[in-house]
Amino acid sequence: MASEAQGEEAGLSFHPMDQFLVKPLFGEGDVHWYTPTNVTLWLFIVAVAIAALLVAGTRGRAIVPNRVQSVAELAYGMTYKMVEDVTGKDGLKYFPYIMTLFMFILFSNMLGLLPKAFTVTSHIAVTGVLALAVFISVTVIGFVKNGAQFLGLFWVSSAPLVLRPILAVIEVISYFVRPVSHSIRLAGNMMAGHAVMKVFAGFAAIAVISPISILAVTAIYGLEVLVATIQAYVFTILTCVYLKDALHPQH
Amino acid sequence: MEGNIAELGQYIGAGLAAIGSGTAAVGVGNVAGNFLSGALRNPSAAAGQTATLFIGIAFAEALGIFAFLVALLLMFAV
Repeated sequence: MASEAQGEEAGLSFHPMDQFLVKPLFGEGDVHWYTPTNVTLWLFIVAVAIAALLVAGTRGRAIVPNRVQSVAELAYGMTYKMVEDVTGKDGLKYFPYIMTLFMFILFSNMLGLLPKAFTVTSHIAVTGVLALAVFISVTVIGFVKNGAQFLGLFWVSSAPLVLRPILAVIEVISYFVRPVSHSIRLAGNMMAGHAVMKVFAGFAAIAVISPISILAVTAIYGLEVLVATIQAYVFTILTCVYLKDALHPQH
Repeated sequence: MEGNIAELGQYIGAGLAAIGSGTAAVGVGNVAGNFLSGALRNPSAAAGQTATLFIGIAFAEALGIFAFLVALLLMFAV
């Protein structure tokens, strides 16, 4: 019984989580903070791709845009409208940062879908820094703009007076859970999607179910393209919501 | 029978935490379904509410992600 199970494991030797390993680019050895790794490489590729679309793509400044310029304009216009709709006019001051977040997450999600690529946003270390940056800056903006009035965010004035202290506790907890859910939502979605693709790809080693497995991988890949876009959108729109809370803390 | 009982508990707990992901799926489906039924009654108001739809989905999904986090913690951190 035990040897049978082992034999099956040898036939299905795939490691769905191996794609998330951080490895040095040159040679073997330990990873220090200065070691160029595959994460460094893909962060660089993401930055270059964004610059190619937004800087080089709009270089012509044509009145009738070509294809690359219209994609860049579409991304810019969509994010601008999102910030304006959710945060209001006074949130537009922070539009450059939100646009940077959106493009970075969108491009690292999308480039991570290429075969052999490394998904930068599948690591909580990366998304945690993004979420903490949003959390800290939003809290600072809230206190700078509203002073002590910002604490009114936790005091739900529309609720009955008896309930308000209890609601205040819940609101404070939910405020501090924000960076956790904000970061793990993105990292978890990316990691889970890529692991599922690897698992289904591993089933292709069994001849009987390999056609079904290949079809399933294709379908899941399509789903992952959708998820990559939606998660970038969700991260950005939640940033806008948090920013709106900081600018207008009244309920 | 080898292995210790704590490891057994970890794996069982991680599996149980996967139930939370399933219930988050129910929540997300509920949000999207209610949005659709509202949108079909008043299609002209639907376009302005897609942002609210995604925020609702994100909040419903967050709790499923906490379940996933618990599973990850049990598997790798405990």
